[in-house]
Amino acid sequence: MSSWRIFCTGVGGQGTLLATYLIGEAALKAGLPVMVSEIHGMAQRGGVVESAVVMGDRKSPIISDGEADILLAFEPSEAMRALRKCNSETLVISNIVPLIPFTVSSGKESYPEVDKLLDSIRNQVRRFIGFNALELARKAGSELSQNMVILGVLFKHGGLPIDAEIMRDMIRTKTKKAFLDVNLRAFELGYSL
Amino acid sequence: MNHLLERETGKKLLLLGNEAIIRGGLEAGVRFATAYPGTPSTEIADGFYHISLQEPLYFEYSVNEKVALETAAGAAISGVRTLCCMKHVGLNVAADALMTLAYVGVKGGMVIVTADDPSLHSSQNEQDNRYYARLSGLPMLEPADPQMAKEMTIAGIELSEINQIPVLLRTTTRVNHSRCAVTLGDLPEIKAPEGNFEKDPFNLVVVPMVGRQLHLRLLEKKKKLQEESEKSPFNFTEGTGKWGIVTSGVSYNYVLDAVEDLGIKDKVTIFYIGMSHPFPTQIATDFLNKVESVLVVEELEPYLEETLKVTAFEASIEKEIAGKGDNLIPRHFEIDPGIVKKAISNFFNLESPPAETLSVSEVPSRPPNLCPGCPHRATYYIIKKIVNPETIYPTDIGCYTLGVLPPLSMADFLICMGSSVSSAGGFSKAQKKPIVAFIGDSTFFHSGITGLINAVTNDHNFVLVILDNGTTAMTGHQPHPGVEFGPQGKIEPKVKIEDVVKGCGVKSVAVINPLQIKKSTETIQKLLDSDSRGVKVIIAKSPCPLYERRVMGKKQKIVFEITDECDLCKDCLELACPAIFYEKAREGEERIFINETLCSGCSVCAQVCTAIKAKKKN
Repeated sequence: MSSWRIFCTGVGGQGTLLATYLIGEAALKAGLPVMVSEIHGMAQRGGVVESAVVMGDRKSPIISDGEADILLAFEPSEAMRALRKCNSETLVISNIVPLIPFTVSSGKESYPEVDKLLDSIRNQVRRFIGFNALELARKAGSELSQNMVILGVLFKHGGLPIDAEIMRDMIRTKTKKAFLDVNLRAFELGYSL
Repeated sequence: MNHLLERETGKKLLLLGNEAIIRGGLEAGVRFATAYPGTPSTEIADGFYHISLQEPLYFEYSVNEKVALETAAGAAISGVRTLCCMKHVGLNVAADALMTLAYVGVKGGMVIVTADDPSLHSSQNEQDNRYYARLSGLPMLEPADPQMAKEMTIAGIELSEINQIPVLLRTTTRVNHSRCAVTLGDLPEIKAPEGNFEKDPFNLVVVPMVGRQLHLRLLEKKKKLQEESEKSPFNFTEGTGKWGIVTSGVSYNYVLDAVEDLGIKDKVTIFYIGMSHPFPTQIATDFLNKVESVLVVEELEPYLEETLKVTAFEASIEKEIAGKGDNLIPRHFEIDPGIVKKAISNFFNLESPPAETLSVSEVPSRPPNLCPGCPHRATYYIIKKIVNPETIYPTDIGCYTLGVLPPLSMADFLICMGSSVSSAGGFSKAQKKPIVAFIGDSTFFHSGITGLINAVTNDHNFVLVILDNGTTAMTGHQPHPGVEFGPQGKIEPKVKIEDVVKGCGVKSVAVINPLQIKKSTETIQKLLDSDSRGVKVIIAKSPCPLYERRVMGKKQKIVFEITDECDLCKDCLELACPAIFYEKAREGEERIFINETLCSGCSVCAQVCTAIKAKKKN
């Protein structure tokens, strides 16, 4: 069956749910069957936020371990944590800028070396695309637009059956007017990677 | 315009399950809705709230689930179509009302949404509320996705009105919080409730002689509902194969994917039980007669499995029926497509290659934490500094439960909403260690007040801290009776917490602003030192910073920084503020710094350490 299972992971406040929602809306616009699943509530107080978009001939709104076609990671250690969802054929798209969890900033645990972490992911999957989403978001005008940068990369390299123009349209119509220009710039910066 | 008020029939919208339930309610003519917020049901309440601001439909955030259901009952018995929603454990709170409302019934259609939370994403347990249908005798509908959730809400209102009985709509997190394309139906004009109550005490006042008659009537209704279940479009079979699979709710989707992946579509018959109570015995018997063996794919308890086994026994059908088991479906947590694929392979003896796994190296844990600037952190810090280290901290349900995590470690006992106050009383009578209990403002109104009256009456001896951040923060800032700030600024609260506490008979009450460390410490110390025994209450009052920013539009002017005077004493780390970072370089060099983007400017750290200074926010 032809389907695209995208597992998204990030940290509360990074805009993962908005990105997930926009992919879902774009799929609907493109006429694809789509299911999106999110977790709200307790998870958002600085914790891990995981969501999924499943497009095509599948019914389940969630993705089992080892079954993600694409992993969209907003933070490198979260990419590693979510690697359980991937297999050797998975495409991993990841921001490489760490967000230090509270357990590390308070000196209780340590954050692994980012390069080693990313190498370990790169060596196990079909394709790994890592980039500095923070720098590109700043360039676009706001750190908060990292999610749009990541969407740009997804639409360039993800092999999705949705035209990037549809996603631009979603950004134009479904995100806050005040951030529209920044969001579109951020998407293009990601798209040009 | 609110997208749920879209009038174009046939249009497809990407709706969350909870939004689909609202839309279903609107399409079915619901004019009255009540709720107490709780994940994963909250968006239903919030959606109705926003619609009620622009349409004449009545909605209220009730004080708790029991009150929500009783309020809704008043409307439904007056002939108004009504919806009442809550999380699974909320139905425990409302259970007293539920059990006898089932006897009395309704006149206007009424749907009660119970949102279960397998895997405890945001809950204290993962109880299976399907048993409430059997316990109360009420019909139950269980959707597999948002589209079905909308259809079932409409069908539930109709079924309820025809049979004059409330209908339970049971969802799980993956239905509430999934989105799919939902096709809109006709939206009738949304009108204000115009009910009419007709006096009928010998059917509506449940004294024993009435209750006896009503129980008989409930059993009669159940017979009729049984017939409804046998012909319900939500109970259906797919395929004609000899391998039987029974399922319901979100698990249905996992079954469909597994059957497709395993290429066994022509071998199976799938039986979806969407109206799970009353159980469609006749369809189930026909199904059992056609298949060779049956695998039941359901989350949590073996509810359908056991019902099916009884059905088989009564029809003298001897076939293997299995569900829960080591190599099949676990009885705990959510299931997923992979688990279902494995269970189907094991049960029907299929070859299924094990899922490939990659090597995941260890990464630091990232538990949720109190936000920067959260006043609860300051309250915890102050109290921890001045009380006996042996103190027991009964706590309650809300953001502040996160205080359980080190280094704050300010939670010792919690079972449910309101348990902080009552259990503190029990601790005070049963053992000698001192007790400081914590409860949030909304939770206090929800179920803390009765416990407080009980404590005063029975001379319990403890300190109760009411963490008043002016909103129901955890579920996304819903109002409560004591709210003093809104988007318009300061407002006169409908019910002042301080007045309630005094009205409950508490003599020692102090109000503090926890962001003022020194002053608050002195006030609390004075209260603790006072000779009087009994219940002492501290109201720690300071608004939720997220609420201040998002709802009240407060702008932040300053941030804090750690200056060169820092001697690495690490006292500030005890605050557990996510904006304060400790770093130890590989060469052993240590430093502490504040992330300016995260800092909320609350100034608590600067009151703890003189090396921390304010500066203008960029």
